[in-house]
Amino acid sequence: MKRLIGYAGRYPIYSLLAPLFKCLEACFELFVPLVVANMIDIGIGTGSMAYILRQGGLLIGLGLIGLACSITAQWFAAKVAVSTGTALREDLFSQVTRLSYSELDSIGTSTLLTRLTSDINQVQNGVNMFLRLFMRSPFIVFGAMIMAFGVDKRGGLIFAVAVPLLMIVVFAILLLSMPMYEKVQRQLDKVMLSTGENLQGVRVIRAFNRQESEKKAFKEENDLLVRLQIFVGRISALLNPLTVVIINLAIVALLYCGALQVYSGMLTQGKLVALVNYMSQILVELIKLANLIILISKAIACMGRVNAVLSVKNESDIFADAAGALAEGGGDVLKVGDPVGEPFLEFRDVSFAYRDAKADSLSGISFSVKKGETIGIIGATGSGKTTLINLIPRFYDVEEGGIYLEGKDIREYPLMPLRRRIGLVPQKSVLFSGTVRENMKWGRKEATDEEIYRALETAQAREIVDSKREGLDLMIEQRGSNLSGGQRQRFAIARALVRRPDILIMDDSASALDFATDAALRRAIKENTDDMTVFIISQRVSTVRDSGKILVLDEGRAMGFGTHRELIKSCDTYREICLSQMTAEEVARDEA
Amino acid sequence: MKPDNKLKKTLTGIKSIAGQRETVKRILGLIGRYRILVFISLLLAAMTTALTLYIPILTGNAVDCIVSEGEVDFSGLLAVLLKIAAAALFSGVFQWLMNHINNKITYHVVSDVRVKAFNHLEELPTAYFDTHKTGDIVSRIIADIDRFSDGVLMGFTQFFTGVMTILGTLFFMLYINPAIAAVVVVLTPLSFVVASFIAKRTYDMFRRQSECSGELTAFADEMINNIKTVKAFEKEEDCRERFGEINGRLSEYSQRATFYSSITNPATRFVNAMVYAAVGITGAIAAMAGYISVGRLTSFLSYANQYTKPFNEISGVVTELQNAIACAGRVFELIDEKTIEPDPERAMELSEVEGRVDIEHMYFSYVPEKPLIEDMNLKVNKGERVAIVGPTGCGKSTLINLLMRFYDPVTGKISIDGTDSRNIKRASLRENFGMVLQETWLKSGTIRENIAYGKPNASMEEVERAAKEAFADAFIRRMPKGYDTVIGEDGGSLSQGQKQLLCIARLMLKIPPVLILDEATSSIDTRTEIKVQSAFAKLMEGRTSFVVAHRLSTIKESDVILVMKDGSIIEQGGHEELLERKGFYHKLYMSQFAAS
Repeated sequence: MKRLIGYAGRYPIYSLLAPLFKCLEACFELFVPLVVANMIDIGIGTGSMAYILRQGGLLIGLGLIGLACSITAQWFAAKVAVSTGTALREDLFSQVTRLSYSELDSIGTSTLLTRLTSDINQVQNGVNMFLRLFMRSPFIVFGAMIMAFGVDKRGGLIFAVAVPLLMIVVFAILLLSMPMYEKVQRQLDKVMLSTGENLQGVRVIRAFNRQESEKKAFKEENDLLVRLQIFVGRISALLNPLTVVIINLAIVALLYCGALQVYSGMLTQGKLVALVNYMSQILVELIKLANLIILISKAIACMGRVNAVLSVKNESDIFADAAGALAEGGGDVLKVGDPVGEPFLEFRDVSFAYRDAKADSLSGISFSVKKGETIGIIGATGSGKTTLINLIPRFYDVEEGGIYLEGKDIREYPLMPLRRRIGLVPQKSVLFSGTVRENMKWGRKEATDEEIYRALETAQAREIVDSKREGLDLMIEQRGSNLSGGQRQRFAIARALVRRPDILIMDDSASALDFATDAALRRAIKENTDDMTVFIISQRVSTVRDSGKILVLDEGRAMGFGTHRELIKSCDTYREICLSQMTAEEVARDEA
Repeated sequence: MKPDNKLKKTLTGIKSIAGQRETVKRILGLIGRYRILVFISLLLAAMTTALTLYIPILTGNAVDCIVSEGEVDFSGLLAVLLKIAAAALFSGVFQWLMNHINNKITYHVVSDVRVKAFNHLEELPTAYFDTHKTGDIVSRIIADIDRFSDGVLMGFTQFFTGVMTILGTLFFMLYINPAIAAVVVVLTPLSFVVASFIAKRTYDMFRRQSECSGELTAFADEMINNIKTVKAFEKEEDCRERFGEINGRLSEYSQRATFYSSITNPATRFVNAMVYAAVGITGAIAAMAGYISVGRLTSFLSYANQYTKPFNEISGVVTELQNAIACAGRVFELIDEKTIEPDPERAMELSEVEGRVDIEHMYFSYVPEKPLIEDMNLKVNKGERVAIVGPTGCGKSTLINLLMRFYDPVTGKISIDGTDSRNIKRASLRENFGMVLQETWLKSGTIRENIAYGKPNASMEEVERAAKEAFADAFIRRMPKGYDTVIGEDGGSLSQGQKQLLCIARLMLKIPPVLILDEATSSIDTRTEIKVQSAFAKLMEGRTSFVVAHRLSTIKESDVILVMKDGSIIEQGGHEELLERKGFYHKLYMSQFAAS
């Protein structure tokens, strides 16, 4: 809420002018019953045609000024609302690009998009309506009451009773029904979940002959939904009849009271009509106010969701914290190109746990790598392979121990230059809509076509481009849907090679390639990139066996680090993996 | 004057609704179950409207009783006031009852449709789910039915009362004074003209706004979904720039669209003020001339104030109804989908299944133009282990679909213990087949419920034993609430391998005579896989089994290996036999080791 005021507050004058002009419009509206009263009392009373026409003209004039005020107000409101929405969208998107992996994991990407689009639209709409109505409606309600007092004190007293009573009714119904609508929404979500599940599990449900029980379960969920809907409907169905009854009873009271006043000559017929008209005006505005409150409470809930993302600590905050902590510890923040230490990359007793996880995902990992070496990483699913390589570009920061690049803790490097030295081929190869060239330039903006071709060749992807007429201008559709899994993987590898990184990380990224292409790829990388340090993650022994060193992970611990032949003799875990994929004879042969 | 746009739209809307006679008829049929309630609701609506419109007349009468100092007809006034109070109270009660009854009708109709649609789903052939997107079906059952309910509710509450109000007001106005009524009737359409004038001007703005917003969403969708890749290549700055550019354009368009559309309200309000003023002037002149009383004038003014409201409401209702009918059409489409043929009457229940499976001259294709399985023949004896291998798309999963009768062969047949499977009750057939598929499916619920899915009344001991046999017990115990841990939608935070283990445990609890394992261990790490495989081996003893596997090492022990390619069995035999033949199987097997 505070943040929202901050955004709207960037246009302080506009945000004040919008409601102000709305109130002006309301003022002119409040004069209308008085004009009509005069028409009746003076115009008809004295039979003056000229007076009636003059007052009629006055009515039209009031309408015109009201129109002008109102349009001005709408313009200011639209300006503030749209600007607020735009700024929010911009800031939220920037924030999303700055979130660390941990935050992205805990928030989840699908909800980010909803917040960026429909939530912010709701906020924008809410701000617009708020500026237009939040002053106007109460202004008319209380304005009408004050005008009534001006016309007749006793009549005013009836307003003083009726208005609070109406308010109580309107707000009580709102307060009662709003939380229940949320319940209805939650139940609807459940019904939806149940439907989706049944569709996805159709084979299993039929295989286990559970159709009837699924029908029953669905009916139960749905019946509960209907019961909730009818219950909440019964309450909100009260709003309209109750308010109308109260207003009409108030009018009855006004007429009776007014009759006494008129009889004693303290009030005229026209003035009495004016009082009745004021009462009717109040009803209309109260209903508008109730709708506004529903809209605003929705907008506030949306703003809350947007705000939750905006207030998360982003990467640059975390980076600043980490650098600060190291600086306090006496370390200097390193510049790029500082003297090279040995070994090239070193893990020293590294431990890491994901947020909210009970156990460490990595514990006490130590190993060191020379420049230009190829390291294979192997282990079961969930053994920590991907976690380990995600620590190198600082997608996550280590909890204990440290990772040293050229002798310096990687937390001492500025974030972006560090990442620029690393080429990552993720497990899920993601390409973006655009040409092949554009995708390759993600690796390095200034890469030439020649360099791109060279990378494609190394990645065994040259033939894909050559077989197409468009060459590098070949359009890749969103998510690379016009390519096969293997083609996507090879492009993703090429993209990482285009950047000529110091460290190349391939996270199980050749899984869709057949054995021959996989082997050719590894050979090409070895030949064309002499001083590149390469990490290859795989589940396949055949993919890692020729690496200079192999790191064997099991449940977050390093079980062995060495060559294929060394490990097959010394590391039980590795031996078991080999046995599960190769024949006993082959293993025995490697052992010898 | 140009033909009035809004009115035209409303009329074409009504026409298009009338055009979908079939759908409308069916909707009426659904509502027909509640025809007594509908009748009461309409009656209440008529009474409410009549009373509501009568009140301004009564107020006018009351004003006429109060003329000036000393000139007040108190006895007449009291009678009128009592009438107003009674009219207000009754109309309030009637309206509440009407609202409540409308809610009841709507939600029950909707619930009927939703349950009907869902139940229908369970009877549809599996092919329907394979050819329709899940999201689309869900949106029919949830979103479409929801919008249908909104439309029906609005239709009830507002359409009828709206029309009643317009006719009633017209009647009362003509009754009081035809000349002034004519002023209202002539001037009111002005507000529609103004509204449609603005709407036409803003349409272009709105179109550009929504185009731009679509572009923004598409861009944000692609980047946010792949944000980790964006970060790995530190392209954040470029993305922000591009987003800022689109956002800037969007801002400009929505600024204009928002402003222009927000002029509509003040503009129509202004037209209303004009009508009010015109009635005020003509009414006052008429009153001066003694044609009408002051009280009647006030009644008139309050009618003039609310006369345009029902028009606006009705045009909203018509759009809403149009939507509702379109949505209902989509739902009916689903309900009209042909269900699977019911089991023939003389279909039998299987008992004491041995597990002989014979496939004779079977042909099958998903689409007639693309024949898939052609003249397949296979004889599997009791207790045999059949392995199926072959490249993707060769028909392995299709064979399973046919065995489980998710699909039926086009010609030829599959027999179980000598009986054509089409003459066996589906439920009974499936009772005797157990399967674990590559795609793991779990229900949102506790782990225990999921394991016991095939045997809901299983005891805790049985569930634990099954989990132990599937090597899932250890990780389940490490979860926060053990077997009572609730797993979310689609297995929630479980890894693919863990989900697969739970699916295996589900089978372990209820072991039928024939087993189907379709890549059942593909996501489990190779070491656990070996353990699970040995458990499977024990399980398969004495049971007929069909195993699809990617890793050929896991099927070497099978009695028969079927090598499938392009829908037919190209090789068939034991492991050693097939290797010696040096055919396709040999090539497949060797490619695994071709690495270096």
